[in-house]
Amino acid sequence: MMIVRALADGFTWRVAAAVLVLVAAAIVVPVLNLSVPAGSALHVPTYAVTLFGKYLTYALLALALDLVWGYCGILSLGHGAFFALGGYAMGMYLMRQIGSRGVYGNPILPDFMVFLNWKQLPWFWYGFDHFWVAAIMVLAVPGLLAFVFGWFAFRSRVTGVYLSIITQAMTYALLLAFFRNDMGFGGNNGLTDFKDIIGFDIQSDETRAALFAASALTLALGVVLVAFFVKSKYGKLMIAVRDAESRTRFLGWRPENVKLFAFTASAVMAGIAGALYVPQVGIINPSEFAPANSIEVVIWTAVGGRATVVGPIIGALVVNWGKSWFTGAFPEFWLFALGGLFILVTLFLPKGIVGTLVEGWTARRARRASATAEKDVEPESFGKDEELRAEAAE
Amino acid sequence: MFLLRSALLLLAVLLAPISAVHADEAATRAAVAKFGRAMSFSDVEKVVKEVAATGDPAAVRALAALADGNLYARQPDGAVFVVKEKSDGFDLFDPLTGKAEGSAGKDAMVKVKVKNSLRRLIGDAVGNLTLAARDPAVRLAAATTMLNSPDASTIEALDAAIAKETDAAVRRRMEAARASAVLVSDRSEAEKEAAIDLLGARGDRDTLSLLLSYEATAKGPLKDRAASAVSDMRDVLAWWGVAQNAWYGISLGSVLLLAAIGLAITFGVMGVINMAHGEMVMLGAYTTFVVQEIIRASFPGLFDWSLAIAVPLAFLVAGAVGLVIERGIIRFLYGRPLETLLATWGVSLILQQAVRTIFGPNNRDVGNPSWMSGEFDIGQLAITWNRLWIVLFALAVFTVLLYVFNRTSWGLHMRAVTQNRRMASSMGIRTPWVDALTFALGSGIAGIAGVALSQIDNVSPNLGQSYIVDSFMVVVFGGVGNLWGTLVGAFSLGILNKFLEPYAGAVLGKILILVLIILFIQKRPRGLFAQKGRAVEA
Repeated sequence: MMIVRALADGFTWRVAAAVLVLVAAAIVVPVLNLSVPAGSALHVPTYAVTLFGKYLTYALLALALDLVWGYCGILSLGHGAFFALGGYAMGMYLMRQIGSRGVYGNPILPDFMVFLNWKQLPWFWYGFDHFWVAAIMVLAVPGLLAFVFGWFAFRSRVTGVYLSIITQAMTYALLLAFFRNDMGFGGNNGLTDFKDIIGFDIQSDETRAALFAASALTLALGVVLVAFFVKSKYGKLMIAVRDAESRTRFLGWRPENVKLFAFTASAVMAGIAGALYVPQVGIINPSEFAPANSIEVVIWTAVGGRATVVGPIIGALVVNWGKSWFTGAFPEFWLFALGGLFILVTLFLPKGIVGTLVEGWTARRARRASATAEKDVEPESFGKDEELRAEAAE
Repeated sequence: MFLLRSALLLLAVLLAPISAVHADEAATRAAVAKFGRAMSFSDVEKVVKEVAATGDPAAVRALAALADGNLYARQPDGAVFVVKEKSDGFDLFDPLTGKAEGSAGKDAMVKVKVKNSLRRLIGDAVGNLTLAARDPAVRLAAATTMLNSPDASTIEALDAAIAKETDAAVRRRMEAARASAVLVSDRSEAEKEAAIDLLGARGDRDTLSLLLSYEATAKGPLKDRAASAVSDMRDVLAWWGVAQNAWYGISLGSVLLLAAIGLAITFGVMGVINMAHGEMVMLGAYTTFVVQEIIRASFPGLFDWSLAIAVPLAFLVAGAVGLVIERGIIRFLYGRPLETLLATWGVSLILQQAVRTIFGPNNRDVGNPSWMSGEFDIGQLAITWNRLWIVLFALAVFTVLLYVFNRTSWGLHMRAVTQNRRMASSMGIRTPWVDALTFALGSGIAGIAGVALSQIDNVSPNLGQSYIVDSFMVVVFGGVGNLWGTLVGAFSLGILNKFLEPYAGAVLGKILILVLIILFIQKRPRGLFAQKGRAVEA
């Protein structure tokens, strides 16, 4: 009963609409891609399915970042690392699925290991021929890293820009590490040339449509969970930590535990996003760890509107679609546009697209309410109260 | 042996012009002229000995030509020339000075006879003559050649040369060469032991390999002695290796210091992480490039001054850009450090792309002025001039900043704002101005750092990116609001990095450093030199 109520509380119409759209997309897009003939105006080409599938995984990553940054005030500049780790776990499974179809035809060792003259599989590759092991690793590896990292960082009260900088150092260290050939993850080239996933050809239209649907549904699930979570009592605590950490501590809570939970949960979400990303783009390499990538995730979230559930998704879709369009039309100017976006959004749109719209909408409603209130001579504080409630409602 | 002889001959030919002037030229000339009448091998041998006996390095050219079969006598007058063959005859050159003396037909010239046993003799003679050369550099080079390819037959010549030698460094080298020659000769054990001790005391890498190869062939007590000399030498070399690593570390530390100190200032005073800091460094480097281009095109004579001109210009360029960024963007974001971080990241992307659009994506060529190129040795330490200058420069910049911070009223204002912004403001300090000027100062320092880095790194649009993470690490490690923290942080990270590198490799070393810093932050979340205070953050 409580869960139902919490769910109902969390479900503002925006969240409900987002979930509906995502579920609908998960059904309609594959149908339009597979069943509608290629000539028809309604046909969705496969490349578009893959492209938007990729955007949806980015959106999930942005949502994960929103959970820690928007709701908990931890600006992580290393979320790309969790994304990439999830991707590597999936990539390792896909590598093992190649089997003897690789260039060197070795049934056990992936091509790059044969190339490096390795004789046997390193211990950390054991078990990755089973999907369930890989699936557990997708959750466990980013989660564990985030837990250990966060346990140290939050316990010693590393906050603010210091935390941002060391998360950046973390992803930079991983970038350097994964570039090394003797790490056993394919070095510079990463993992690629995947053949199939759980028995289906990874290149086929059907698989791609299915991966799109999986991404959309996972994202919808993520939206539901985040919306539910931030509405729960624990979510309110998280917001309290964001807004006044010391005060929360003085009131007897343990902010480090709250942050640790948010950080770990967010890392797991990022890992899942990475795992969905890799089969769709067909490659994972160390450049995913680049600090610049992680900062880009921050701007998706900022553009859409942090501390909103729908914002990061819209931000990720808009920015990435813009990037695809820009790099096609004016490749020279993309960095100007992206840089400008960082500046303009922080200066003029600090609440992001969704945040600003919600604010405008709430203000209008408050005005209307106070207009009615004047007639009925209600207490003055009504409008302000309403505004506060609306702010907390998303 | 053959190698030694050829090396000496080559050396002699290369260096002959330097030593061509000699007082007894007439006597040497008379001796060399006798080659013209030397008909048999025994005659030639006699003349070679006679020429060698003059002790005049000028004769080296003639002897070297003789060994190569390029010494000819002209008929019928018997005058001796060094020749260079051409299609229809020979070009003639004076055997002592190498001056061109016209040409002659093939029939007119008779070759001075030479055979391999004679070549041996000639080689020794050349060796002795170069050891007697007037220029110490020639003598040093001759001794070095002999040291590195020991030959028992050179001992007497070296003895004679050592007795006459006046230059201490050359004599030491000659003694070492003699010792190495003794080792391969059939001299007594006592002499060889003395030779091993002498070589062991030198302690450089060349001698080490010499002794190692001797140790491999020697027997009995000599082998033990050589082995102990080798191990002593290894110890000494290990210490030099430590010193070399320390120097590399100091050099890297000075680069980190230059890159980070501006960041430390802005972060310390304003609590702002400037992600575009690396791009200020890049702007400084490109300023150097532009200055050098203009100098190359218009005032080639000023090239050695290019860096002196670039330093103030880079300070102004980067400082001005910094001022614009602060006035245009950052001042609207005070109190929101995370947003500032994002906005400055945007600035860095724009600056990078702007430089890429203007100057192209490739590395640009920035030259070293003459006083920054080359290197010198202290013992077994190799020190390049550009690194040394950068270390000195970094320390100079640091000293100036320290002065500005601690001895000027502006510095006082900056420190006041760092420690308590509201109180400083209440005391009448115009904090917005302090912020703007501090940001400009920090950016200007970054621009200066760019001038220095342009001397040792590739000048490309990505230059700044490669230093930004490291600079953050320095600032985070050293703590803010205290320049000493940055100094200690930069040098300790630089030295630690270079000491980890030989064991862990460059990449793993860097990863270890990052992990260490992440752990260090747990222990001291505000860095090494944290500011003391009782403020609690929100």
